[in-house]
Amino acid sequence: MLSRFFTELRAGGVPVSLREFLLLLEALDARLAGYSPEEFYFLARTCLVKDERHYDRFDRVFAEHFEGAQRALKRLDALLPAQWLRAAAELSLSEEERAQIAARGGWEALLAALRERLADQRERHEGGNRWVGTAGTSPFGNHGDGPDGIRIGAGAGRRRATQVWERREYRNFDDSIELGTRNLKLALRRLRRFAREGAPEELDLGATIDATARNAGLLDLKLVAERHNAVRVLLFLDVGGSMDEHVRLIEQLFSAARSEFKHLEHFYFHNCPYEGVWKDNRRRFSERIPTLEVLRTYGRAYRVIFVGDAAMSPYEITQPGGSIEHDNPEPGAVWIERIAAAFPHLVWLNPSDPRRWQHTASTRLIEDLIGGRMFALCLEGLDRAMTELRRGSPPAAAGRPAPKPPHLPVPPGPQ
Amino acid sequence: MNARFTGTDRYVATPDLMTAVNAAITLQRPLLVKGEPGTGKTQLAIEIAAALRRPLFEWHVKSTSKAREGLYEYDAVSRLRDSQLGDPRVHDIGNYIVKGRLWEAFECPTQPVLLIDEIDKADIEFPNDLLRELDRMEFYVHETRQLISAQHRPIILITSNNEKELPDAFLRRCFFHYIRFPDAATLARIVAVHHPALKRELLAEALNAFFRVREMPALKKKPSTSELLDWLKLLLAEDIPAEALRDSDPKKSLPPLYGALLKNEQDVHLFEQLVFLHRGNRA
Repeated sequence: MLSRFFTELRAGGVPVSLREFLLLLEALDARLAGYSPEEFYFLARTCLVKDERHYDRFDRVFAEHFEGAQRALKRLDALLPAQWLRAAAELSLSEEERAQIAARGGWEALLAALRERLADQRERHEGGNRWVGTAGTSPFGNHGDGPDGIRIGAGAGRRRATQVWERREYRNFDDSIELGTRNLKLALRRLRRFAREGAPEELDLGATIDATARNAGLLDLKLVAERHNAVRVLLFLDVGGSMDEHVRLIEQLFSAARSEFKHLEHFYFHNCPYEGVWKDNRRRFSERIPTLEVLRTYGRAYRVIFVGDAAMSPYEITQPGGSIEHDNPEPGAVWIERIAAAFPHLVWLNPSDPRRWQHTASTRLIEDLIGGRMFALCLEGLDRAMTELRRGSPPAAAGRPAPKPPHLPVPPGPQ
Repeated sequence: MNARFTGTDRYVATPDLMTAVNAAITLQRPLLVKGEPGTGKTQLAIEIAAALRRPLFEWHVKSTSKAREGLYEYDAVSRLRDSQLGDPRVHDIGNYIVKGRLWEAFECPTQPVLLIDEIDKADIEFPNDLLRELDRMEFYVHETRQLISAQHRPIILITSNNEKELPDAFLRRCFFHYIRFPDAATLARIVAVHHPALKRELLAEALNAFFRVREMPALKKKPSTSELLDWLKLLLAEDIPAEALRDSDPKKSLPPLYGALLKNEQDVHLFEQLVFLHRGNRA
């Protein structure tokens, strides 16, 4: 009976191996679980799940599999509505939106429908207009267009088994994808540059022999700094909007990048970087970091990698107040120029098809702003981007004095 | 042998934590514990050792730690120096093998508790280098051609602050538990264990103030259990009445002795600004 649970876990995206499953059976054999479902739940979780980010997937599969068998989870279920309301309150709905909710029968009806639907749903879902998932028009989910819906996820960081669904979008870009990122990883590795710095730690054998010989045979140790990866990287990731279809690709890149650098900072922006970026997608509106602070904090030696499709209305780049999210006092172009000036080593990785770049005005604009250093997000493009980043001398465009607002031709407006 | 851990009079263990610890003890696999700083990860090992009356070996990992250091180190430099000085000890290489914490734990005549603290501080390869040792509980000393194996498989507790991802192969060999931040009821029990003399209303007010501070967005370092305990100790020492806490809405005034809760000058600054803003609005 448990082997079906095991396969369901794997299908549900919990990376569990046979070894862990056997361990659970062994634990059950040792009568560790006693006879309460709660104890069994805790034991199964501690055996099978190795990362708190997977707790939520585990909870979903568990609840589904042992439905009806456990009173313990009924208790968890009872707590649900309050959680929804709290998550929904974060939405700060507008008046019309509230009216739309009323049109659907009010909160209670919406919540009841949601609960029903979650019980029906058996897998992660993207797109479409019914299931809970991402990028759809169903009233439930995230990144969707159903204004009368409930945004699932983006909740506060209280870790409880009850918040099974809320944890879904919890992860800012789940960076756990290892398989299939091998290729990207190989390319990123080219970015590694071995430099000797830091405290002396390794024995320098040659120098020691030399010094000892000069010292008439009395031991004289020479140490040398240990080799380590000294490449420092700032990663700017475009989230939301037109980037949703590329999220998966970016997730893979992110996962590859994580393990590759000693110093890696990531920031999120939406479409075009302005005066503020954020580090935590859940708190994108409450915890902004001024871009100027980023420019001041990190030195010129940092390599900057932008990831974004650069597809937007040209106004979002050229005009003050052009941002679709807030009123920006200075155009995005100024900020891109400032970043390019502060960090001579900069590339922009674009996940969209390079053949389309020339037909998108905003992509051409950004490409110009960063001196043509835009590369496709494929193995070959990545290779070229890394070669670009490794180049010793910064390109001519960089190193200019403080950037002044550029006089850009105003492109034709969006259709 | 089949001892069960149920918390101690100084440490409140939640049922899920107990299940994880007991599974690790019974099946003799390492237990990996993660959680916010200050939720008692390191303390857990100390309390397990105390509760089961087992010797405790602590191995604190640093960014420069190598997996070998836990096994043994061969001090070639002293040996070379001794040979130059004509010391007779130089003929036995065993004199220059320095035992690490893992070796000491393996040699222990009773089943010990071994704490590998903050494993994520070390190099990314560190956990991978310990796979065989943790699996078989044995290792080979090349210099003396000895095989060291554990007399009793130690109860191994590994803590991590999530600074680095741990490799899959390593994770598969461990039990895993995430200590989440305790809810108000558990927190009250924890406080009762540490400060039994605390007056009830003072505790209630203090917990209220504490959770309000924790819920502030944009805090760099949220205060955790250990900070709460320190703060209460101070409140008790200063004999602050419960009324003083009642009005300590973080938006209106700083809670008394806030230095114990906020460990970052930016956070303190943020609070002061909020207080200032609020007063400005009222004036």
